[in-house]
Amino acid sequence: MIRNLIIGATLSSLVLLAALVSFVWTPFDHTAMDIPAKLQTPNTDHWLGTDHFGRDIFSMVMVGARTSIAVALVAVGIGMSIGIPLGLTAAARSGSWLDELIMRGNDLVFAFPSLVIAILITAIFGAGAVNAIIAIGIFNIPVFARITRGASLSLWQREFILAARVSGKGAARISAEHILPNIANLLIVQGTIQFSLGILAEAGLSYVGLGAQPPTPSWGRMLADAQTMVSFAPHLALIPGSAIIVTVLGLNLMGDGLRDWLDPKLRVTRT
Amino acid sequence: MSLLDIQNLSMSIVGVPILQHVSLSVAPGEIVAVTGESGSGKSMTALAVMQLLPDIAQASGTVSLGGTNILDQSEAQMCALRGASIGMVFQEPMTALNPVQTIGDQVMETILIHKAMPKAKARQHAQDVLERVGLPADRFPLSRFPHELSGGQRQRVVIAMAIALRPKLLIADEPTTALDVTTQAQILALLKDLVQDYDMGLLMITHDLAVVADLADKIVVMRRGKVIEAGPTQDLLTNMQQPYTRMLFAASNHQVTLPPPPKPKPLLQVKDAVRDYALPRTSLFAAPGHYRAVKQVSFTLNRGERLGLVGESGCGKSTLTRAILGLEPLQGGQILLDGQPVTPTQGADLQRKMQVVFQDPFGSFNPRHRVDRLITEPFYLLTDPPKGRARQNLIAETLIAVGLSPNDATKYIHQFSGGQRQRIAIARALITRPELILFDEAVSALDVSVRAQILDLLAELCESYALTYLFISHDLNVVRTITDRVLVMKAGEIVEQGATETVFSTPQHPYTQSLLAAAPKLPELSKGVITA
Repeated sequence: MIRNLIIGATLSSLVLLAALVSFVWTPFDHTAMDIPAKLQTPNTDHWLGTDHFGRDIFSMVMVGARTSIAVALVAVGIGMSIGIPLGLTAAARSGSWLDELIMRGNDLVFAFPSLVIAILITAIFGAGAVNAIIAIGIFNIPVFARITRGASLSLWQREFILAARVSGKGAARISAEHILPNIANLLIVQGTIQFSLGILAEAGLSYVGLGAQPPTPSWGRMLADAQTMVSFAPHLALIPGSAIIVTVLGLNLMGDGLRDWLDPKLRVTRT
Repeated sequence: MSLLDIQNLSMSIVGVPILQHVSLSVAPGEIVAVTGESGSGKSMTALAVMQLLPDIAQASGTVSLGGTNILDQSEAQMCALRGASIGMVFQEPMTALNPVQTIGDQVMETILIHKAMPKAKARQHAQDVLERVGLPADRFPLSRFPHELSGGQRQRVVIAMAIALRPKLLIADEPTTALDVTTQAQILALLKDLVQDYDMGLLMITHDLAVVADLADKIVVMRRGKVIEAGPTQDLLTNMQQPYTRMLFAASNHQVTLPPPPKPKPLLQVKDAVRDYALPRTSLFAAPGHYRAVKQVSFTLNRGERLGLVGESGCGKSTLTRAILGLEPLQGGQILLDGQPVTPTQGADLQRKMQVVFQDPFGSFNPRHRVDRLITEPFYLLTDPPKGRARQNLIAETLIAVGLSPNDATKYIHQFSGGQRQRIAIARALITRPELILFDEAVSALDVSVRAQILDLLAELCESYALTYLFISHDLNVVRTITDRVLVMKAGEIVEQGATETVFSTPQHPYTQSLLAAAPKLPELSKGVITA
């Protein structure tokens, strides 16, 4: 549905806009504490109220969007840049020991519950945004490797690939020139879905204190901080929670919409 | 009293007329063939009878089956008619069956949906019907799955599904186009038999007049959604009124004149070639078995010669093609091109000497590239590919050579018809001036009239480029006119070879004789009309 795409893209770009604007302008300094003005509900000064240190929540949500997007984007980037070449290689050498090695390696990574391993990694190498990125990124690799291999395998049977082989092109060149452009839409759609999952994972890691460290604001840690005060200041939890929901919903809608929009069966008119 | 009577059927989809005033009738026990090129509306007529048209189609006129107008029936009433009163056989037996259901279940499904009989009885009935179409229970139990059957056997299952409830009308949409000649002859004989036994009406749709010439009682010729000529087979064939009908008829048996080949000088030598496929292991520790697809094949292709390779599907001709192209390794023997061995690791200088044209005009091109990029793909093999103006000129020259316009270079492949795509495939094979071109069923997917044009093109190119090619096909009529010498392949072996005319007029091997006997032929009587 084109409507899904529009709604999803609007929501996602709102979040992106907030993150970008936060580089040059936020209503208040997101680290500035103002104890006397703590725990205010939304008002004209502080549009979304203040937290228990009197920090402006709107500013923190804006800067937090930056953290979430950066972590998820780099993590998806890691997953794509390693997973897609692995998948293409496995498909090009399908049935060989290399294919087996790559795919069984993926199964191994898939076999572990991702968040638990992410906690393990950050526990060993220390908490922080970079380690969170690496942990989430590693779990994106098998997702992209599998989807790439599956889609490529059927393409390798097509006659235009045979024609390219007759023209002397090697597996690497065929993968780059013929396979990748034909599965790109699939990967873009999966990318948006993984992006939203990355944002959720980052929030989860921050929630248990293993994501971005203070004073860098993060939606997950804002939620964690808010949970002891949720009975008398529910907006502290509701606002970052809503931010996560809006972002994930927007990205998922956009992914769904993109899938329909990019589907060549609906678009290409054969003569 | 006719069984099916279509009067003035017109149909349009979003304002575009698809059928215009189509009228035809089928009597019980009668075979009516509807023929025409792709897009002539013949399949749409069949779908209109089944009421399987897209929802946006607007139909007018009457389609009466035994007195009731089908166009007035509700969807629920049509569901009761389909399968019970009208059966349908589709073109592609590979996709018309559900791969995860047994053949027995699929034949029973029709019976059970119409609640014609209890389950145990339906099973017995399914057994009987399969027996009737030539799949006896001792060799083909109901528990078989479609992948365990050959293409012809699958088509028999599809026919069994269609006739399970003894419909009054059977519609067959290109039922033999995807099949080999010998299988085609058997399926046609089966259909003819069933029509006589059950007193059914058969509406048969085909683009090839030769297939129906000695089968149909009546022939209806369609073009651009209109019936342009119709009549009893004999009358129509002896006295064709419309030039279009004559053109279709001639195209079905199209002849081209090839320039004489030069003095024999070997270009491609295949010596004792053996190609094995590994079979899956039957148990964990047993060594995997082998299937020998090509058994000790030897032949020589001379420079400037047009060589044909005929055989049924599964005889190993495609496997041999891939080995010759150097895409797959041999397990024994040798293939020499210009004296150098062909292997999957051969250098660009050897690979450059060969090109290939595939069967499928839809799958042979990357849908995301423009024509200029598609046809210049073989430039990758050249050490010094032409650039800039020289490249433009070569593209234009090649496109003109295959009968297209230089402006087509900037179009995408989906903007072309099947025949045009096959021209582009030939352009791609031609652009580096290879010494050998392989045509792997290159005209099999095309309509007879388009096929005739492509054959003309090949003959022209033989004149202007002195082509050497290996033409692989299961269509004997085509091979007969487009080759100088022919190889007949059966179960991985070459059973007969020789000059094309000699092999076709005096076949020595029993297999060649059976192939020739099965090939559909147009009656000789109207030869005079065509040439006149």
